[in-house]
Amino acid sequence: MDTQLDLWEVFIQGKSGGNYTHAGSVHAADSNMALQNARDIYTRRNEGSSIWVIPSKYVVASNPEDADMLFDPANEKIYRHPTFYVMPEGAKQI
Amino acid sequence: MESVIVSSDFQSKIDQDANIEPKDSMPDAYREHLIRQISQHAHSEVIGMQPEGNWITRAPSLRAKQILLAKIQDEGGHGLYLYSAAETLGISRDEMIRQLHSGKAKYSNIFNYPALTWADIGAIGWLVDGAAIVNQVSLQRTSYGPYARAMVRICKEESFHQRQGYEIMTKMMNGTEAQKQMAQDAMNRWWWPSLMMFGPHDSDSPHSGNAFTWKIKRKSNDELRQKFIDKTVQQAEVIGLTIPDPELRWNETKQMYDHGEINWEEFKRVINGNGPCNRQRMEHHMHVHAEGAWVREAAEAYAKQQH
Repeated sequence: MDTQLDLWEVFIQGKSGGNYTHAGSVHAADSNMALQNARDIYTRRNEGSSIWVIPSKYVVASNPEDADMLFDPANEKIYRHPTFYVMPEGAKQI
Repeated sequence: MESVIVSSDFQSKIDQDANIEPKDSMPDAYREHLIRQISQHAHSEVIGMQPEGNWITRAPSLRAKQILLAKIQDEGGHGLYLYSAAETLGISRDEMIRQLHSGKAKYSNIFNYPALTWADIGAIGWLVDGAAIVNQVSLQRTSYGPYARAMVRICKEESFHQRQGYEIMTKMMNGTEAQKQMAQDAMNRWWWPSLMMFGPHDSDSPHSGNAFTWKIKRKSNDELRQKFIDKTVQQAEVIGLTIPDPELRWNETKQMYDHGEINWEEFKRVINGNGPCNRQRMEHHMHVHAEGAWVREAAEAYAKQQH
């Protein structure tokens, strides 16, 4: 029998308004304990202004081996970047 | 998700320029204001695909077609970022779509105008997206976290939209006499509706009071409009386009352009459903939404079968 409690993924928001980014995971019996543990383990040096914890079993991940199939098509679409376009000389703030 | 740390008072957070997150306590009116604004913004992105989609099959080159497709795909993506941000406030996507169809929720007036020629695609990218960018840059600092983050992502992607539009206009202004006229004609038709995108004058803006107190809005309609005019006039001049406003002139004292009065009668007429394309836009959305119902049903039925 596993006595190590469930696994939770931890996301930390560095400063107010910013993105929540993945920091790592913790073990905990419930959501409150997961938040507490996340605070103790991942924000000892003021890394965070807010924390999300999510049961790891709910994370669905893509397979890294599929990276080519998933992301290659974006490589050739350079026209999605503003630098693709030549702006007339003298045009400002565009 | 419960919060371990007790949230401090809402307004004092706002006053300290802290962002509000979905699980924070917030006044109902703040929540409702955001739902109205973010869902309207999302609907605008989605309805905005229609006037441009109209030109995919008639784009003048393969290059132009690829670019236009990529841009429209972005607009769809932007709509989805925004619907998701609104959903964090407790409204469902179904409900937002219902409100759009019933007319309770609005979308930007600008998309009730038709894209008549290829130059309109240039004018939409340059002027309409240009105006949207001015607004959205300021919204990157809006007080609601999920909305602010969606805006950061959107602004990063929008700059190609404006540049591709300006490139179309530049090319046409370097072309034949007929092409130049077409570009100027598009400019004439899109300039004023673009200025209307910023909404009524500050003195006449019904939702502004709380929006400033809560820092949902950081700059006023008139400030943003002025910013757009000031940066766009020079861009028009460089490629030889004339701004269709005889009263437009540089004000040396104020260091900004003075401009003519906007036709608010037209604004009201279009917002109340009587623009050139209001009915067409809504009918198309309802039609496609109903037509796609079987796909959603099939996906659910398939998922059920897997379990």
